[in-house]
Formats: sequence, structure tokens, C-alpha cells
Amino acid sequence: MNYKKILQKYRKDRTRLIEILKEIQATEGYIPEKGILSVADELGLSRAEVEGVISFYHFLSARPLGKYVIYLNNSITAEMAGREKVARAWEQEAGCSFGQTSADGLFTLLETSCIGMNDQEPAALINRVVFTRLNPEKVSQLAGWMREGRAVEDMVEETGDGANNHQLVRAMVRNNIRKTGPVVFGDYSAGQAIRKALETTPEGIIDEVKKANLLGRGGAGFPTGLKWEFCRKEKGEQRFVICNADEGEPGTFKDRVILTERPEMVFEGMAIAGYAVGARLGILYLRHEYSYLRRYLEHVLQKMREQGWLGQNIAGRGFAFDIEIKMGAGAYVCGEESALIESAEGKRGEPRDRPPFPVQKGYLNLPSTVNNVETLATATQIIVHGANWFRSMGTPVSTGTKLLSVSGDCQKPGIYEVEYGLTIKELLEMVGAEDTLAVQVGGPSGNCISEAGFGRKICFSDLPTGGSIIIFNRSRDLFAVVRNFLDFFIEESCGWCVPCRAGNVLLKKKFEKIASGLGTVQDLKEIEAWGKIIKSTSRCGLGQTSPNPVLTTLSNFREVYESRVSKEADFIPEFDLNRAVAEACAITGRKFQEEQEHA
Amino acid sequence: MSKPVIATASLAGCFGCHMSFLDIDERILDLIELVEFDKSPIDDIKKFSRPVDIGLIEGGCCNAENVEVLRYFRENCKILVSVGECAVMGGLPAMRNTIPLKECLEEAYLNSPTVAPEDRLIPADEDIPILLDRVYPCHEIVKIDYFLPGCPPSADLIWEALTALIQGRPLRLEYELVKYD
Ligand SMILES: Cc1cc2nc3c(=O)[nH]c(=O)nc-3n(C[C@H](O)[C@H](O)[C@H](O)COP(=O)(O)O)c2cc1C
Ligand code: SF4
Ligand code: SF4
Repeated sequence: MNYKKILQKYRKDRTRLIEILKEIQATEGYIPEKGILSVADELGLSRAEVEGVISFYHFLSARPLGKYVIYLNNSITAEMAGREKVARAWEQEAGCSFGQTSADGLFTLLETSCIGMNDQEPAALINRVVFTRLNPEKVSQLAGWMREGRAVEDMVEETGDGANNHQLVRAMVRNNIRKTGPVVFGDYSAGQAIRKALETTPEGIIDEVKKANLLGRGGAGFPTGLKWEFCRKEKGEQRFVICNADEGEPGTFKDRVILTERPEMVFEGMAIAGYAVGARLGILYLRHEYSYLRRYLEHVLQKMREQGWLGQNIAGRGFAFDIEIKMGAGAYVCGEESALIESAEGKRGEPRDRPPFPVQKGYLNLPSTVNNVETLATATQIIVHGANWFRSMGTPVSTGTKLLSVSGDCQKPGIYEVEYGLTIKELLEMVGAEDTLAVQVGGPSGNCISEAGFGRKICFSDLPTGGSIIIFNRSRDLFAVVRNFLDFFIEESCGWCVPCRAGNVLLKKKFEKIASGLGTVQDLKEIEAWGKIIKSTSRCGLGQTSPNPVLTTLSNFREVYESRVSKEADFIPEFDLNRAVAEACAITGRKFQEEQEHA
Repeated sequence: MSKPVIATASLAGCFGCHMSFLDIDERILDLIELVEFDKSPIDDIKKFSRPVDIGLIEGGCCNAENVEVLRYFRENCKILVSVGECAVMGGLPAMRNTIPLKECLEEAYLNSPTVAPEDRLIPADEDIPILLDRVYPCHEIVKIDYFLPGCPPSADLIWEALTALIQGRPLRLEYELVKYD
């Protein structure tokens, strides 16, 4: 295989390392040692650096994979929709278990974290193609086609709604837009906003966005206008606009739908941000799981260039701005803005120390504004319709609308554009949820709300959410939910901070001790204390929120925990001596008898 | 008033924590004024002869005997302290925890290049304590009241902790006492 050719194609650009590795993997099925050495040599990197990048990302592999790689999603809604049966069906078809490749090299079975299809589970990526609503029959049909050697793209029988049907997408993914609102899904004609923006000054744009009080939709809720202002004021030969389309929080899938149905609105938002901060280049950082949208998005960009909304001389007013797409390779933490930047530079997606913040030293250490997909789309509409229009929706602080990705136990899972200030109760009625036990607001890193909190409002000052809403009815086991979320954080921790890397494992062990009925009141206290330590001593938002699944259920569903722990005993060990010696007895053929009294 | 009684044990440890304890040097003279020793390798008393106030445990549990000794200590000591990394987390011996026991034994007794061919045998003598599937920290087996980190904890830390416990006063944890680099 000619690695030099691939490297030349990417101009030996170190920031393109992930793409280079992906291309090698696409042709060879994995990244062989020769490839690693060749890439390291040509890019002037050490072998360890290249291996470090490969081992960081779920979708890069230095060991051979099967011809068809099945990445079965393991999010909680997949479990609720029958994932277990689907997994067993795959194992039966492949003749190997998860984590392995079949003897004939046809199948590799792997698990993967939420792929943004929570409303159409169980879902999987097969190679790069999305398959939704799997069941055992469908699995055996797919496996049959694989044995016949069919191309994965040709296994998609029915395409989804809207642009999922576009000839460059052709995905079986469904948008499931249940409620449109006036902002993201409101009236929109592409090109209008950028034209209007260029008639104003950059400061004027920033003022308008500030006046609208647009707060970031990606989770942290930072004021967008202020972020742009910081970025603009920072000295630097170049500045960048980065659109965060990593959408990794389990249960969020609204950015996928925006990119499918409103890509121009997002790209226009990037151009407006570029004008406001003084950037000439925008980067759309798209998660690997959404690779199926890439060709379509490139096509949209091309069309926008042709129409003069992007390029050297936008709307004939001399402003130059273009957008390129950079792909992720599978890592939740890459949604964190500084990790995203590292990843966009072709490195391991490990968060940076902050400060300096991305607006000071971002992409290539130059001032950069990182904004969520929805934030940018919303900014476009603010420029068209004005700050006052925007402020007339939502609450005084949480202005405008929010896209919610609703999944779990309800009749109408999907996308809802709602005004901020909606109560959980109103939301549950809207989505047709009955007999609700708990609502997970903001994904695993958010808050698990019990009935007592159903009067609370979705807004920045009460229940903030990047969009993820997962509903559990009373037939569900809360402990299964918490377990799934804790596993998610353990899997996705980048490993830099001990409290996040090791603390979450210990927290999970303690949780399992309680779940198995061996917990004490002291164990509950320790869980709370450890959770606080992990939150306060972790470097990035992942670690800082990772104990939330336990902590928020412990505070909102305390009785569920208390019913499992012993009130009397002050210590119950999980340890069982007979079980612990069983292995040694089997190896040595000895019998063990516990001594009753010490000699 | 009678003096507080102390006992110590070394389980799956290297005796380094005991050595560190002895590093209190001439303060050992103060110590014997302050306390009496019961079961301990220091005085070679094998069995508890009376209720003990403070038990100091070095090492985690790698075999059934360790477990029995640890439980025996818990039954007889009012306060039990895990002393050192091995007791607190399993320490160096716990490095075997990621390797299945069978593989460990095979490597040590059958496949190791230093094993003479005629000696290839996994020991199974009745007198040898039976190994556990992995090395456990003490607090997974009995309730532990206090933990002293370090490999080993310095003599000053052990001294400070012990005297604080005896005198019933809060621990003065100077930065230098728990700094390990
Ligand atoms: C672990 C982690 C994952 C994140 N994932 C995302 C994400 O997928 N999309 C996103 O827009 N923001 C995500 N964020 C928040 C970003 O760091 C950043 O705040 C956001 O992109 C800023 O955009 P906004 O101001 O428009 O919300 C994540 C943060 C953390 C700590
Ligand atoms: S908190 Fe966790 S994910 Fe974030 S930097 Fe530390 S180890 Fe990595
Ligand atoms: S903690 Fe260190 S000094 Fe103490 S027993 Fe273990 S290895 Fe030895």
C-alpha cells in the first residue's frame, strides 16, 4: 500500500493526521505497523505519538478488523428498546462475542457510546453506515447479505424523512421533527442573514447578539455575543470560527437534525461569526458517527460558494470566509471545546488547561470561538429578525427557543423546538409520556428529576440542557440507568486526571455494592463524598459532571437507595473468603476450610 | 489509669512499614512510656492477651491467612488503622491483580527461566496459606477506621498519627508529612 500517496494528498499536514489515519484504515481495514511507521516518518512524529492518536479514538484501530465492523450502540435507550436481544443475535450470526472478530474475518463486533439515534434505537454503525431500529430478524438478514459480500451502502432498504433521502445522504435515519418553532425551524431563506450582517459593522453584530442575550446551546450557556467580543479583541494574525458538531452527550441528536435540515443556517451563522470576530476560516468539527452527512454538507458548502454566500467576496461586499469540515474519530470528550481543538489539530483529544481559553489561544494557538451548531443557527435568525423578536420568546434570561431531543418512554420521541420556560410536566404531556418515574435532563452529565421536580422549568437558571431529555417510566429500574451512565463516563474519560480516571471506577464499584444489597449508610456517605472530590478535582467538564448520575439520583430518589442499604450494620464486606480462594483451590487441588478459631 | 494497648501485624507487605515505624528512633523510649504492646512482630507476641486499643495493619490480603489475621485484629482492636499503600490499596502485591492467578503461578513455578526443569511444580502443600484470587486492600474485608498513606508512611507521620490517637486530639497534618515527591 502506498502511504506516501495518501500523505501527499493531505500535503503532509500534521493537523490532518486523523484523516490520514482514517484513510489508511478505510483502505486496509486497520492501520498496520508499516502505516504507523511511514506516517510517523513523513510527518516527523514519533511512533508513540501516532499510536497515541490511534489508541485515543474509538474508530481508529491498529489491529485488524473484520470486513464488516458492527459498532452497536450501548446507550440506555438502546437497552430499553431491546439491545440485549440484538447483541445476542449478532453474536450468534458472527460466532464470536463483542470485542472480537469472527474466525473468518467477516465480522467484528464492538460496542460504542451513543451515536445520536436515541429516538430510533437499537442503532448501530456498520462500517460508516447507520442502521436504526434493529431487531434479531433484521440482524440475520443483514448478516446474510454480509456473507454474500454486499456493500454496506446497499443494505439500506428504506431511507428516512426529509434530507435523509437526499441522494448524497440516503440514510435510514429519521428526523422525527415533532414540533417546529419560530427560530431554528422558522421562516428562513438562505443568504438573507449574511447579506444583512455585512451591511452592519462587526461590533453591530456583536451588540445585536448580546442584546438578544443568546446563551450557548452546547451545554455551558456562555453568552455568545461576549465570546465573540473576547475573540475579536484578542490579538492574533488569524482567528477561527469552530462549529462544535461533536454532539456526544447521550440522548442528544438535535444537531444532527439541524445539520440535515438547516445546514445553510448553520454555515451562515459561522460566516456571521467570522465577520463579527474577524476570521476568514471556519471549521465544522463533525463527529465520526455523522460521517454519512459529510458529502451532503460538502455539497451544501459548494452551493453556498457558488451563490456567493461563502468564498472570497461574500455578497459582493469584499468579505472573505470559507468553511472546511474536519471529522472526529469517536470520543465524547472531544465535544469539550479545548479537546475539540486538539483533535482538530490532529492530536489526541485531551482537554487543555484553561485559561488560556480558546478565545485567547484556540486552534493553532490563535484566537478561536467555539460555538454549538444550534447556537450558530440561532444567531443567523437573530440577525434576520432582530434581537427584540428573539427576546419576545422564552424567559427574560433564557431568551428564545431550544431544540430538545426527546427519547425514552413516550409516544412521540424526536425533536421539539420549544420556548425556554417550559415545565417538565408540560413537556411530558407534549411528548405523550405516561406513568413517568424520572426524566433525565441534560444527559448523563445533567440531572435526573423525580416527580417532585416536574414543575421545574427548562431554562438556564433552573434546568439547563444541551437538549437531551430521556424519559423513564415506572417499569424501569433506576439502577440500570445509573449503571449505564457511569459506564459511559468510565469509558469516555480521557484518563488525564486521577479523580476522573480512577475515581469513577471506584464510584461505580461502590454503587454496585449498594445495588447488590451489601451497602451501608456509611457507603452512601462515601459515595457523596467521593462524588464531590471527583467533581472538584477534575480538569474538564467531563470529570466535573461524571458523578452526577449517582449524585442526582441520590438526592432526588434517596428512598430507592435507602431501601437497599442496611440501617443497622456499620460495615458489610463484599468480600467472600470461600469465593476468593476457589480459584487457588481449583489450581492446586486443595480444599479450603475456614478456621473457626485463631490458632 | 492503664496505658493504651497497641498491636501490629504485617500481612501482604514487605515489613517496610514496620521498619518505618522503628525509624521514630529515640522516640521509641517515649513510646514505651505512652503505650504497651500486645500481639506484634516487634515483641513477637503471637496471640492477643487482652483487649487492644489501636491495631496497626501493614499490607493487604493476598491469602486466606492474611484474612484470618485481619479479622482476628478487627475482633480484638477498638481502632484499626491501615498503614501504608499495601494496606490501603493493595500496593505492589496488587500488581498481580490484572493477571489471572493461574497465569501468575504458571509463570512463577513452571515457565520462569529460573525454574529448574525437575522443580516445575505449583506448590500445594497444606501448610502454605491458600492464595486469594487477587490482592485485597484491608477495608474491603473489615471496617478500617483510619488510613495512613505512603510507601511507607514516614516515621513522623506514623508517630504523629499514633500520638494523636492516643491523646485523642486532631491530627496535625503538616504538608511535609504527606508529600511524596
Ligand atoms: C465532556 C464535554 C462534552 C461536550 N460536548 C459538547 C458537544 O457535543 N457539543 C457542544 O456544542 N458542546 C459540547 N460541550 C461544551 C463545549 O465545551 C462548549 O462549551 C460549547 O461547544 C460552546 O458552544 P456554545 O457556547 O455555543 O454552547 C461539551 C463539554 C464537555 C465538558
Ligand atoms: S476530567 Fe476526565 S476527561 Fe476531563 S481531562 Fe480529566 S481525565 Fe480527561
Ligand atoms: S506500603 Fe510500601 S513499605 Fe509498606 S509494606 Fe507496602 S511496600 Fe512495604
